[in-house]
Amino acid sequence: MAKTTRKRRGAAKRRSRTAARSLTLLIGTRKGVFFLRAGPGRRSWRLTGPEFLGHTAHHVVLDPRDRRTLICAARTGHLGPTVFRSSDRGRTWKEASRPPAFAKAPDGEMARAVDHVFWLAPGHASEPHVWYAGTSPQGLFRSNDGGATWDGVAGFNTHPKRPAWCGDGQAAPPDGATLHSICIDPRDPKHLYIGMSSGGTFESTDGGADWKPLNAGCRADFLPDPFPEFGHDVHCMRLHPLAPDRLYQQNHCGIYRMDRAAARWERIGDNMPKKVGDIGFPMVLHPRDPDTVWVFPMDGSTVWPRVSPDGKPAAYVSRNGGRSWRRLDRGLPRAQGWFTVKRQAMCADRAESVGVYFGTTGGEVWGSVKEGERWVCLARYLPEVYSVEAAEFA
Amino acid sequence: MQVVIPTQLRDYTRASQVEARGASVEEVLRDLDRRFPGIRFRIVDEQDRIRPHLRIFVDGAQAPTLKTRVRPDDLVLIFGALSGG
Repeated sequence: MAKTTRKRRGAAKRRSRTAARSLTLLIGTRKGVFFLRAGPGRRSWRLTGPEFLGHTAHHVVLDPRDRRTLICAARTGHLGPTVFRSSDRGRTWKEASRPPAFAKAPDGEMARAVDHVFWLAPGHASEPHVWYAGTSPQGLFRSNDGGATWDGVAGFNTHPKRPAWCGDGQAAPPDGATLHSICIDPRDPKHLYIGMSSGGTFESTDGGADWKPLNAGCRADFLPDPFPEFGHDVHCMRLHPLAPDRLYQQNHCGIYRMDRAAARWERIGDNMPKKVGDIGFPMVLHPRDPDTVWVFPMDGSTVWPRVSPDGKPAAYVSRNGGRSWRRLDRGLPRAQGWFTVKRQAMCADRAESVGVYFGTTGGEVWGSVKEGERWVCLARYLPEVYSVEAAEFA
Repeated sequence: MQVVIPTQLRDYTRASQVEARGASVEEVLRDLDRRFPGIRFRIVDEQDRIRPHLRIFVDGAQAPTLKTRVRPDDLVLIFGALSGG
């Protein structure tokens, strides 16, 4: 295991040397897809697009296995959900011939339809054409052909406990209940995690045939039992590829870390400043240091304004697995900055000095090429930003 | 019969009006999907419900379901309803 981890760390370091040279931010917005291409040293940025003008792009992701293929989860107000694919770095796109869709329900049974494809995740490195998609309402889908056709993962979508896990919609967020944060153990393609908003964290060790809740220690303040077996509201969960027994999540009820040996979520958000709190949407990992994470707190008090606390936006970084946090606000507005950053809208690149980026619902994209130490606005006047992913094209 | 295609779906048909065959809305949409793959799923969800913001009219009357009958000389209108923002 130690040898494998050393190998992975070596590969990650090699990738970091080339990251800045070919870096593009893939920006999914409420009205289309934009690309923000980094110039030399990430000192300048060039905005191109939009692709799919008028479509809501929930997530745009580069396949890290070939670094050419892009998958985009899109919908329009009228036409329902679909998935587009590009095998040439975004020059041309083709719609999936069979987008994610639930099975036809027998007469008399509850008939679910995918409202939107919310989250995309490339499969394991050993399964080069496999992708997973999470939808609203909560559904898990898999493609074995690079996103051309999609089938439901029956082990989850028809699991007898799924109705209980996913709830009746009363606990759903305003834009609908979602399945997201699909994480794959780099040691085992059959070991999967998902997060649901709402529903909680779930784990499968058999490729999705069966699932178990994984929520011990995590709060759900909006339920009668604040520590239930399931029903939690995961906002964003991440598994560190170099430490695959470590999970982080930004939850509706705080920031958590789980080390699998402990089998319990620890609320590392308790170490955040009390006046800022530990509510937010995104959770971003350092590509080479499993102890370093970034979050972007929002106001989760009273009626949940979901904006920067006190109108003073800031990211927070922890360098020790959440035992302490440091405010990162240099370059950001000092006052009257009411940012909202969605769960897919913050990411990191793999450069030696890691770039951290986020997009706001006000249509701005901010970045820091010094790990959050100083922020610069890279783009503004965009539509509401839904996702920002750092892509290193081949 | 003739089918009028809304702007939202012309990426599929490349035309504002196309010919189709079928004795019901379901058959008409299946016929369209054979020639313009993917178009049906943009109009109808996986439970065979017409999507909320689309309307289909047959001979001037709104078709509430896919079972609505269609005659060979009917004009079928597909509209993207006013919605969004």
